[in-house]
Amino acid sequence: MMQNIKIALAGNPNSGKTTIFNSLTGARQHVGNYPGVTVEKKQGTCRRNGVRIEVVDLPGTYSLTAYSVEELVARNFIINENPDVVVDILDSSNLERNLYLATQLMELNVPLVLGFNMSDVARQRGLVFDIPRLSQLLGVPIVPMVGNRGEGVDELLDAVLRVADAPAVAAPRPIHYGEEIEEELTRIEQELDAQPPQKCKCPRRWIALKLLENDEQIIDLCHSPRLLETVSLSREHLTAVFGDDPETIIAERRYGFISGACQEAVKSSTELRHDMSDKADAVLTHAILGLPIFIALMYLVFQLTFTLGEYPMRWLEAFFALAGESLTAWWPGQPGPLHSLVVDGIIGGVGGVIVFLPNILLLFLAIAFLEDTGYMARAAFIMDHIMHKIGLHGKSFIPMLIGFGCSVPAIMATRILENRRNRLTTIMVIPLVSCGARFPIYMMIIPAFFPDHRGLVLASVYFIGIVLAIVLARLLRLTLLRGETLPFVMELPLYRLPTIRGLLIHTWQRGWMYVRKAGTVILAISIVIWAATSYPKVDADTVRGLSADETRTVQLQHSVVGRIGKAMAPAMKPLGFDWRISTSLVGAFAAKEVFVSQMGIIYSVADAEEQGSHALRARLQADYTPLQGFCIMLFCLISMPCVATIAITRQETGSWRWAMLQLLGLTVLAYIITLAVYQIGRLFV
Amino acid sequence: MLEKTQMPLSSVPTGQKVRLANIHAGNGLKSRLAAMGMVPNTEMLVISNGSPGPFVVAVKGCRIALGRGMARKVMVRNTLRQESP
Repeated sequence: MMQNIKIALAGNPNSGKTTIFNSLTGARQHVGNYPGVTVEKKQGTCRRNGVRIEVVDLPGTYSLTAYSVEELVARNFIINENPDVVVDILDSSNLERNLYLATQLMELNVPLVLGFNMSDVARQRGLVFDIPRLSQLLGVPIVPMVGNRGEGVDELLDAVLRVADAPAVAAPRPIHYGEEIEEELTRIEQELDAQPPQKCKCPRRWIALKLLENDEQIIDLCHSPRLLETVSLSREHLTAVFGDDPETIIAERRYGFISGACQEAVKSSTELRHDMSDKADAVLTHAILGLPIFIALMYLVFQLTFTLGEYPMRWLEAFFALAGESLTAWWPGQPGPLHSLVVDGIIGGVGGVIVFLPNILLLFLAIAFLEDTGYMARAAFIMDHIMHKIGLHGKSFIPMLIGFGCSVPAIMATRILENRRNRLTTIMVIPLVSCGARFPIYMMIIPAFFPDHRGLVLASVYFIGIVLAIVLARLLRLTLLRGETLPFVMELPLYRLPTIRGLLIHTWQRGWMYVRKAGTVILAISIVIWAATSYPKVDADTVRGLSADETRTVQLQHSVVGRIGKAMAPAMKPLGFDWRISTSLVGAFAAKEVFVSQMGIIYSVADAEEQGSHALRARLQADYTPLQGFCIMLFCLISMPCVATIAITRQETGSWRWAMLQLLGLTVLAYIITLAVYQIGRLFV
Repeated sequence: MLEKTQMPLSSVPTGQKVRLANIHAGNGLKSRLAAMGMVPNTEMLVISNGSPGPFVVAVKGCRIALGRGMARKVMVRNTLRQESP
């Protein structure tokens, strides 16, 4: 018997696949991305009868065509990675639709086991399955399960081990597509025999079928002109015979096969079903009530994430401050460069990473709740009308809203978007939604320059960000991320009560992934920035006789950041920025709010972070005009997302290319807009 | 004269049962709808024709929300007419 096997979990969205995955693997999970694509890959392990089973959770899909990234990823994984067994999880209360994916897996001729999940719901709905008969009709082992209670998990693993041992146990019955199609299939298969396509280990019949279905990926593998000629003749012939394209007819025949099998082996005693869900939907997706309810719920999510999250955030900040202080107290001898590296660089950097964690955990708890109850699909449905006009999906609204708190959890929240283009577009524009860290900058500048129009100016800055996000999203969808805006089609799953275990696992995964992946990058860059603001050191002679604040000012000017700021100054002059602002902007790459403390250091003002820092405001008023003040806010709003944002973009998109594009693109955009505003504004002020 | 009895799904009022005739859309969308259970001759019940928002139909026991534009591309016919050959 094999000691190590690999299985893949396939299934429709909403089939309870994730719940089964969680019961199989518990907390022994690992979340990442499939290489090169923004599709989440979850892996885990479990044991049964001494066999170590590696479980890969494939993306939830309705079929295995080449039309969506998720389906391609799932299909390619099965074809290329050759899992020992593929387990298809089905919502058995919704069998016919769920069996559609199963028929496609059967055609791939992989060792297959079907898990009939939610068999309790099916029973309540009056469905009675003749499992042995159905299993015989499909030629595949079937295990009834109740995922959220963990029932049937052991039986499923036993079936998996049986199939892994003797793949012949699962011998899927071929679907008969009717004489006309079968004839064409045979014709294509003969051509395939003569000229087998390289790099494709799939069954011949499956390739023939995919060619008839006009599957782009498979067509690309076939180079023989004769083969392609045959396929195109077959397609023309079938289109003429049926008056519809072959892929539609093939899909229809698959459903025909399914309903034939179900008629023999499934008894339905009562007409179901969606009563409760429909009643809830009558209110929650109501034409008038739906939107206010959605907004109220989003307000709750936002409050939970940022208001409730603020307490643990403060504790963490206090903890790291205390850690720094106690270390300073314990430090042997005079605090030197090593002390500064440990306290300011490392402890400060780790603190900067961990401080986001409460927000991320709470946000993902809320998102997991919305998703697991089934409300998320409705939210998308409610917002789609508005978001579609921007070229985004209804669900994009949620990450963008979270962006008002912090871009980092917001970008992680784009995982709720299935479509890659939508997801990338949303990630790219999220930094334009003004996050909480920019607020201290506005609070420094607005009272200094616009004391009489505080609310108006603040609102206008936020508004500019939103408008720019919308414009940029549209622009991206028309250029880099062009492609058909998928018309809105979405399943509205039954409302369900989520399990605590599921919510916790989901939340934990996100938090851990953030710490492990983004955290290390943020930490590394934070240390680099710390070094750049601390080195090279000024001579002791230069600062002799200066106060501590003045020493800091001289040191910052002397440092790498200060030098970069000064070198940049001529380029920033057309925006109305001098070397002081430029230096602070460089420092603000670590985190937006650092801009304020850097300005404070430059002006030798202590405690500039305090909102009541009149001293700093007085200095600003003396040196700058309101127009320059506004330009600072504008530039901070648009330019250079912080280190954490770049790191998380890199992690979520799986490439530095998108992260760099975001960094450079937004900075260039900020430059152009601020330049225009300053130069035009100067004509009037 | 089956062709004449075809109408866009968007014109079907709430609560009415219809049968899918065909879909005026590209292959990608057609195959996606097929995977969600919408193939020719599938019976569909309009759960809510929520003008001006999206549109909910029951297909093979699932609730599926379609955008307005999508509902206009899905051509259906009356179930009653389907009975006579």
